[in-house]
Amino acid sequence: MADYYEQKDLADFANIGEYSPNLGKRYFSYYEDAMKAGALTAREKGLIALAVATTQKCPYCIDAYTNQCLSLGVSREEMMEAVHVGAAMVAGVVLAHSTQMRKIVKKKEM
Amino acid sequence: MIIPFEQMIPRPLLADGIETLQINVGYRCNLECRHCHIEAGPNRHELMPEALMMTCLQILKENPIPSIDITGGSPEMHSALPWFLEECGTLKRRLQVRTNGVILIENEFAVFPDLYARNRVEVVVSFPHVDLKMTDRQRGNGVYFKLIEALQKLNERGYGQKESGLILNLVHNPSGAYLPGSQSDLENHYRRVLKEKFGIAFNHLFCITNMPIGRYLTYLRESDNYDEYMATLINAFNPINLESIMCKKTLSVAWDGKLYDCDFNQILGMTVNHGAPENISAFDLPKLSNRQIVTGNHCYGCTAGAGSSCAGALAEIEQRSCTGKSL
Repeated sequence: MADYYEQKDLADFANIGEYSPNLGKRYFSYYEDAMKAGALTAREKGLIALAVATTQKCPYCIDAYTNQCLSLGVSREEMMEAVHVGAAMVAGVVLAHSTQMRKIVKKKEM
Repeated sequence: MIIPFEQMIPRPLLADGIETLQINVGYRCNLECRHCHIEAGPNRHELMPEALMMTCLQILKENPIPSIDITGGSPEMHSALPWFLEECGTLKRRLQVRTNGVILIENEFAVFPDLYARNRVEVVVSFPHVDLKMTDRQRGNGVYFKLIEALQKLNERGYGQKESGLILNLVHNPSGAYLPGSQSDLENHYRRVLKEKFGIAFNHLFCITNMPIGRYLTYLRESDNYDEYMATLINAFNPINLESIMCKKTLSVAWDGKLYDCDFNQILGMTVNHGAPENISAFDLPKLSNRQIVTGNHCYGCTAGAGSSCAGALAEIEQRSCTGKSL
């Protein structure tokens, strides 16, 4: 296997229910309900999805939601701000865990 | 490997009457937009002779075609357009003109907003994006603010205003190698931004998918996006759109009188066929009303996702899923 990730595999996402059709169907039903415009607009949901996609480093999702944001008229500046929110959150999550390190250090050092 | 469009449809597409006569009065334009399938520009010489415009009027008088759709190029650059509009106005049909908008603020063409209003013309303005940079990248530097000025002029004459009856519709084209999103979501976004920033009102937004032909095809090839764009269109093929696809009820007349199933076939030189007359001089309503549509792989552009037509999406979708298919 030369490549773990291939762009054309994104189209295979529709087949994730292949070995478990009932769960796949339920997942897509949930996915559709979660992603359609509601209290939040489709643009807002697209930006949230893009931020999650980048923090989770999923190339398929980054491809899908960058395209979706473009389709919904989201500007490059808005997309980059969403990515920075994700980056700031991830940095904060990492830094918040320094609490554990600092607690141990304070306990162990003389 | 592209699956031929003809293999994707269960049976040949047939026309279902002619509700709109779309008249392309010529390819001359004051702009040279990067997405233009016509490849219109200031140096194009193709303009419909006045004798052919008279033929169009005669056919409209003799046949119950309810809608006239005038396009180009920039139709305003045809010197006979004012006369033609007045004549069309007397026919009491639904009459619309597709304009790039920018031309309406040039002194030479400043008469058109009043002319349009007087003849109750529905004005369709190409406005690719509410973001300045996206619009200027597609249509040229400085276009965005000229468009804003043009829309404000049209608003001043009552266009897009409640109860005026003067219709102002905008057209969104993606500024790149992707499909347009949900028409209602984009319309809401346009409405909010244009109102808040510039006090502009309009009636509806039409989302039109860029066809992989003309200048847009050149862009796709030069940017190495062609294969991916076609795969996206094919993956988003939605057979529901076959029932309401534009060509079923529209007949396109080119500047030279040749007849086409749509403006895109016109640019590809694919005249109507299968026994229907291919020139307006031989117009035959029964034959043309039931003609078999000439199709090609560019037709994926009109059938992808929510579909696309000169009046925007064919079926509303919430959005596309992460596989590109409509949800």
